Amino acid sequence: MAAAGALRLLVPRGRLLPPRRGLRLSAPAAIQVTVRDALNQALDEELERDERVFLLGEEVAQYDGAYKISRGLWKKYGDKRIIDTPISEMGFTGIAVGAAMAGLRPVCEFMTFNFSMQAIDQVINSAAKTCYMSAGAIPVPIVFRGPNGASAGVAAQHSQCFAAWYGHCPGLKVVSPWSSEDAKGLLKASIRDDNPVVMLENELLYGVPFEMSEQAQSKDFVVPIGKAKIEREGTHVTLVAHSRPVGHCLEAASILAKEGVECEVINLRTIRPMDIETVEASVAKTNHLVTVEGGWPQFGVGAEICARIMEGSAFNYLDAPAVRVTGADVPMPYAKILEDNCIPQVKDIIFAVKKTLNI
Amino acid sequence: MPLETFSCIVFQCQRTVRNDLRLYLLLLGNYICQYCSRFVFLFKASRVMVASRNYADFANEATFEIKPCDLHRLEEGPPTTAVLTREEGLHYYKTMQTIRRMELKSDQLYKQKIIRGFCHLYDGQEACCVGLEVAIKPTDHVITAYRAHGFTYARGVPVREILAELTGRKGGCVKGKGGSMHMYTKNFYGGNGIVGAQVPLGAGIALACKYFGKNEVCLTLYGDGAANQGQIFETYNMAALWKLPCIFICENNRYGMGTSVERAAASTDYYKRGDFIPGLRVDGMDVLCVREAAKFAAEYCRAGKGPIVMELQTYRYHGHSMSDPGISYRTREEIQEVRSKSDPITLLKDRMINNNLASVEELKEIDVAVRKEIEEAAQFATTDPEPPLEELGNHIYFNEPPFEVRGPNQWIKYKSLSHS
Repeated sequence: MAAAGALRLLVPRGRLLPPRRGLRLSAPAAIQVTVRDALNQALDEELERDERVFLLGEEVAQYDGAYKISRGLWKKYGDKRIIDTPISEMGFTGIAVGAAMAGLRPVCEFMTFNFSMQAIDQVINSAAKTCYMSAGAIPVPIVFRGPNGASAGVAAQHSQCFAAWYGHCPGLKVVSPWSSEDAKGLLKASIRDDNPVVMLENELLYGVPFEMSEQAQSKDFVVPIGKAKIEREGTHVTLVAHSRPVGHCLEAASILAKEGVECEVINLRTIRPMDIETVEASVAKTNHLVTVEGGWPQFGVGAEICARIMEGSAFNYLDAPAVRVTGADVPMPYAKILEDNCIPQVKDIIFAVKKTLNI
Repeated sequence: MPLETFSCIVFQCQRTVRNDLRLYLLLLGNYICQYCSRFVFLFKASRVMVASRNYADFANEATFEIKPCDLHRLEEGPPTTAVLTREEGLHYYKTMQTIRRMELKSDQLYKQKIIRGFCHLYDGQEACCVGLEVAIKPTDHVITAYRAHGFTYARGVPVREILAELTGRKGGCVKGKGGSMHMYTKNFYGGNGIVGAQVPLGAGIALACKYFGKNEVCLTLYGDGAANQGQIFETYNMAALWKLPCIFICENNRYGMGTSVERAAASTDYYKRGDFIPGLRVDGMDVLCVREAAKFAAEYCRAGKGPIVMELQTYRYHGHSMSDPGISYRTREEIQEVRSKSDPITLLKDRMINNNLASVEELKEIDVAVRKEIEEAAQFATTDPEPPLEELGNHIYFNEPPFEVRGPNQWIKYKSLSHS
């Protein structure tokens, strides 16, 4: 498989590879897996597990995927299960939704979620609402996936974050993985879910390796949708993020730790249904909240978290107003210096933490 | 002979025959009535009306010439004659009449404000949904746009459940959650409100048909207005590329809301708009034409030849919806002309009577039965309770453990349950 191939590149020479399943010579070891390979594994495993699952999108088959997420799958599963589409988002998204209504379990890839805007009617009006309108008679077990948000130097039309747009709509589930475990576990959970799931990946994370536990390497490993994960425990401030900014938060946390500030970093994992309880419990402990996201500030994920914290029990535990760190409120510019300053950076998170802690 | 008929004859005789003959007839009639009176109870109870002809007198079937279809990229088209059996004829008649009366009842209920929102009526187009349904199997699939009540009935949803859905009651076919534009049943995917969006969905259903390999087809319907939607052309392309068993059907009723076809389309040959996809133009007011064309199309698809386009030339008597009187963009004369010359139900009725497949009385009986069914359904639809408030949160997801849904403020919560 592709994962094994990538693995060989990552393991330093002279070190034994962990033995194959079933023949343990030493204690089970975690391995380094890139997000790309984790997604590839998830697709492979789910295609094998359920013959109703199929993948369609632009370049997913013979090109091995625009970002190589589906590498090797067409060769293994053929034309019936891995389908190259023409450049017709509205058309092929509608076709995927119709196939789901008729009992298949499609994975519909958008080359980037920017192109999903052309098909957004099919995602919302056909996929999200049909189960409700039909009083449960017509479920739509479909996954829409692809890279979301800012990349590097791709400018305004290719850099938008859709977490707030899709997170707004009842009937959808929206997930946003950060690590390889997130990616694999959430994709598997999404494919097995009987409802329409929007999976917002991140192009800049595809090549990043993460440690993957033995448990996560199992074919049955799923990450439950709707549950956040505490990536780092802390006592002074709660940092809540999703997708790539989770990494920035952890970086900020390790820098702040040297100054004696212990940050609790929460990886949301799911945008809808949002696990606000984990955030509330954390805020009750730390009394300070900073949300971090790549998308624009107005009506964003951070705005939703702040509103819910205000409405819930955690409000009484806040020692300072909740603070948001977001993308700059402009279409994404191209020049590197401009682009860099439109994305929340580690320094921006640190600044926000210090502001809210008044240090 | 019914009592009424006999008395009628006596009455007639009184004006033309001499008194003594009159008296004789009256006495004879009295005697017969007394003799018959013991049977009157039986007749009345069982509502038997002895027709002037015996059922054995009817023909079993008749063959009709039907209008040939215009063809696009096809060497041969559907047959130009159709055989109609007596049984089929009665079934088509009853179904079309039921749809007609159901739509007229909906018109009534809408004007009484018992039906709200959008209501797009199908009267005039009955031959389309009935002709299509009888040409395919229950295991085939159908998807259409918002003018869907006729298809909903044809696919098996009872009238009472359709009307109760229109009136927003819990006995509606989707518990009052959908309304006029969102009715569903097995192998019927609605009822879709966004113009043209159902067409890619239909091709997707066809993809599933091909994937599962059960030799099923999907009828994917849209109107002359929707025919100009870009996503339909994207769908034509993929359906042809992948040879999907999708029958694209354009119900051309000459008007997309208030815009005539000439004002909306550079090419009004909707059966040719599939370009590389073969097409048929069909007389959509003749249920036999529609049936034969649909059988032809279904056979084409099942043979694995890929998609096909059918244009059904039809007409709607009502405006686009109940908020459109339907006379600002067309004349009353035009509507009246179609009604008098091309009404699908009248066409079938005349054929059956003129070819001894049924009698006038028999068809009248069916009319009476249909009216009764519609009345009872309307009664149900106006008395059944609205769905309970708890239903508000249900069925957001499928096969999901119960969870809480936010209401208009943070303190109002609804529970969301779903099927498993």
